[in-house]
Amino acid sequence: MVVTLSPSSASPSGLADHFDQAWRSPLESLLGLGSAAGADLVEVFLERTDHLGVLAEQERITSVSPAFGTGAGIRVFRGERDGFVSTNDLSEAGLRRALEQALGMLGLAAPSLANPAPSGFNGLATLRDFGASKAPWLGACPSLAEATTRLLEGTDQLERQGAHLQARRGSYARDWQEVLVAASDGTFARDIRLHQSLGLTVLAADGEHRASAGRRYGSSGRPEHLAQWDVEASAQEVCSSAGTMLYSDYVEACQVPVVLANRFGGVIFHEACGHLLETTQVERGTTPFADQVGELIAHEAVTAIDEGLSDGAFGSLSMDDEGMEPQRTVLIENGVLRRFLSDRAGERRTGHERTGSGRRQSHAFAAASRMRNTYIAAGPHSPAELIASVEKGLYCKAMGGGSVGPTGQFNFAVEEGYLIEDGQLTKPVKGATLIGEAKEVMPRISMCANDLELAAGFCGSVSGSIFVTVGQPHIKVDSITVGGR
Amino acid sequence: MDKLDAPALRSRIETFAQAQAIGRWDLGAASSNDSSVQVDRGEAKQMKAAQRSSITVRVWNGEGLVGITSTSDLSDRGLQKALAGAQDASAFGNPDDCPAFSPLATAPLQVLEQPLHEPRGILELLTSLKDAERQLLDRHPALTTVPYNGLAERSSERIYLNSEGACRQQQLTTASVYLYARAEQAGRKPRSAGAVRLAYGASDLDIAGCVGEAAERTIAHLDYAPIPTGHYTCVFSPEAFLDLIGAFSSLFNARAVLDGVSLSSRNSLGQSLAVPFLSIADNGLHPGNIGASNFDGEGTPTRRLSLVEGGVLQNFLHSEATARAFGVAPTGHAGLGAKVSVGPDWFEIGATPGATGATLGLDRLAASRQGGPGLVLIDSLSALHAGVKASQGSFSLPFDGWLLKGGEARSIEAATVAGDIRSLLNAIVGFEGEAKVTPDGLCPHVWVEGLSITGEA
Repeated sequence: MVVTLSPSSASPSGLADHFDQAWRSPLESLLGLGSAAGADLVEVFLERTDHLGVLAEQERITSVSPAFGTGAGIRVFRGERDGFVSTNDLSEAGLRRALEQALGMLGLAAPSLANPAPSGFNGLATLRDFGASKAPWLGACPSLAEATTRLLEGTDQLERQGAHLQARRGSYARDWQEVLVAASDGTFARDIRLHQSLGLTVLAADGEHRASAGRRYGSSGRPEHLAQWDVEASAQEVCSSAGTMLYSDYVEACQVPVVLANRFGGVIFHEACGHLLETTQVERGTTPFADQVGELIAHEAVTAIDEGLSDGAFGSLSMDDEGMEPQRTVLIENGVLRRFLSDRAGERRTGHERTGSGRRQSHAFAAASRMRNTYIAAGPHSPAELIASVEKGLYCKAMGGGSVGPTGQFNFAVEEGYLIEDGQLTKPVKGATLIGEAKEVMPRISMCANDLELAAGFCGSVSGSIFVTVGQPHIKVDSITVGGR
Repeated sequence: MDKLDAPALRSRIETFAQAQAIGRWDLGAASSNDSSVQVDRGEAKQMKAAQRSSITVRVWNGEGLVGITSTSDLSDRGLQKALAGAQDASAFGNPDDCPAFSPLATAPLQVLEQPLHEPRGILELLTSLKDAERQLLDRHPALTTVPYNGLAERSSERIYLNSEGACRQQQLTTASVYLYARAEQAGRKPRSAGAVRLAYGASDLDIAGCVGEAAERTIAHLDYAPIPTGHYTCVFSPEAFLDLIGAFSSLFNARAVLDGVSLSSRNSLGQSLAVPFLSIADNGLHPGNIGASNFDGEGTPTRRLSLVEGGVLQNFLHSEATARAFGVAPTGHAGLGAKVSVGPDWFEIGATPGATGATLGLDRLAASRQGGPGLVLIDSLSALHAGVKASQGSFSLPFDGWLLKGGEARSIEAATVAGDIRSLLNAIVGFEGEAKVTPDGLCPHVWVEGLSITGEA
């Protein structure tokens, strides 16, 4: 077959231009077919996207990358099994083809339109339109000219505030997404999402000394985010970090107490423990906490929460990618495991009730149980008390990325670290890596400070890269392995 | 597989471009059909399929500045909107670094031996993967699950067109299988390892080899012990060394050099980078490179390029724009963008022909390591995205491997290896064994002295 890329193959009816009530009839037909074929549940996820990426380097805008698209993901469940098909073709024929392919994966066949079989599908519920009030968002976002101007202000501020800077970069990304979710259990929901992120990074070099530093700032549902960005403060933070680390020595490998700063320090909890509290890990048998609900898995000082509700936070959402409103989920309360994060598949396969955590990067991924805004709750101490309690240790002011292996071992780079000696911060050190296992480290988080803050990030996992927030107050880990030179 | 119609696409773009007064444009289009399965203890866990299509158009405005837009909407309206978006973006094009058509966009291409396979279908994939999982679990009682597994097949096509008549087109089918097993023994920590295989079709996949390697590697890690923190001579497996070189490929990347984020500079060509017996080439055309492409994102032919010879930096990887800036020809390593990315294809690493030293170091080490702290075999590195600071040259990476001591090999419980890439390249003491073809390149085992290893206490 030859695809001529004609208009008729993409959106013959024009329905792809807007997701509204006009989709009810074709979606009900599709869901009815899937149900009549014998599927336990059929879900259709439709998506339109509009992306803008801008990069500034030194005094120039060096890349402007707009992108837009449409697509659908169709998922069919039968028992604990599921089949998933994604396509860019939103025509009725294209969607039917995708449904038939998904049904075929489960050994099911759609009845012919001429001879429809009885179906248990009772039609879609009234559309829950979470996007109705969000229509102006895209238009209210900064224009390309405004975005480029702000980014150049950013790289200019870096130049003003930094020293020995070999490279200065500012980046801006705006991701607008309209989604429509329909399922054979009656779910019918629409939403509009807007995520914007800003980043500043520098590379400082002086002879053989080199240091890089970067910060990202993200929001959801705030068209004014870029206009309200405090460029000067951001540049100051980045330049200060690079300047401090430029001449620092490499840390020696050791096993010591560590104090982790607030905000992005929460990435360790997210990676090392949060992922293990997703039902996808229960399904795989890769979480050590699978049978420990109600048991103590962390120090009593630790209460951890995942929610999708914080106003403007990067991981917030009005509904998840399965049409369910997000909840505030207490994962760990005073050290005791309370809940897992669950989606449709997780609920069917593990019995853990859905938490509004079914998330995916795009229509090309089946939703999975994923984190939203995840953080350790504030404690009673001041940050200074935590540092004062350490005789010899490491203060991790800024964390880099990290990963968790299939057996729960984690590994995180420390971007900006300082030695703690006799309860005081002393010299900066670089090259530190925190190494451990969640099950062993969680009971060692013995002190939480009173300065909880959140930070935006991206999380890559089974259902792609999604917008999330990590967070914590300053916390103290009594002992952890620090990799170094 | 659905086939992209290049002449029809050109005709439509020409019509729409003319209507928008766009005289100069190029584009990359791609379509693909993918099917994949995952299993869990004898049952289908998830079966997936995807039909994807996308296009990226670049246009040059009246001032010669470039703009770009990408879309998955290939309708007439989508293409018109993409051209308009690219035209709008071109107003913000960078006058200091403006890409042009590659002068090699119509040069002859090397013909690749890439047999096209009919898809086997998802239910056959499922049967094969269930069988593979069962075989793997049957290898050892400690192998309890295969939590990460997949069998996939893909047919794809891509096109490069420009307004001066260039037309590149490639069809490809590929298949892959990966099996990562988890082993557990009472009172011991779970261990995990795996294997991957690629081929041009699912029927050609070496699934038995993948099962065997995954089982062997996982079982070998069951008897583990912590390693004392210290400095060790390390032996990198071909896969681990290729991963490391790939993570630091900005050393060879002209784009990174021009952006000031590479450890190399314009003056680095001709300078010593490594021990005098190390050679590194990029050769996307190697027959071992499953899924090779014979042209890059700008239509430039792919070719073999020597990067390091006798330890000396010879060439950088280039796009059209970076090649023009350096006064050389494009090398076939470009993407497609307003700011064009540059990247490696497939490395060939080994001893420089005729150079001495590649085995002398091993002899010296073998004589000196009797009774020493032992030798660390680094089988696989992980977390490269987080543990490598390419612009600084430093790395700190967790690895799976073994401590070889007193004639015995013992799996290392958990450890990281840290160092500086330039120091590492000058601390290579030799190569061992035949170069192995891997998904990322060709490489023998590589011995390196004095690397810092941190063991978990």
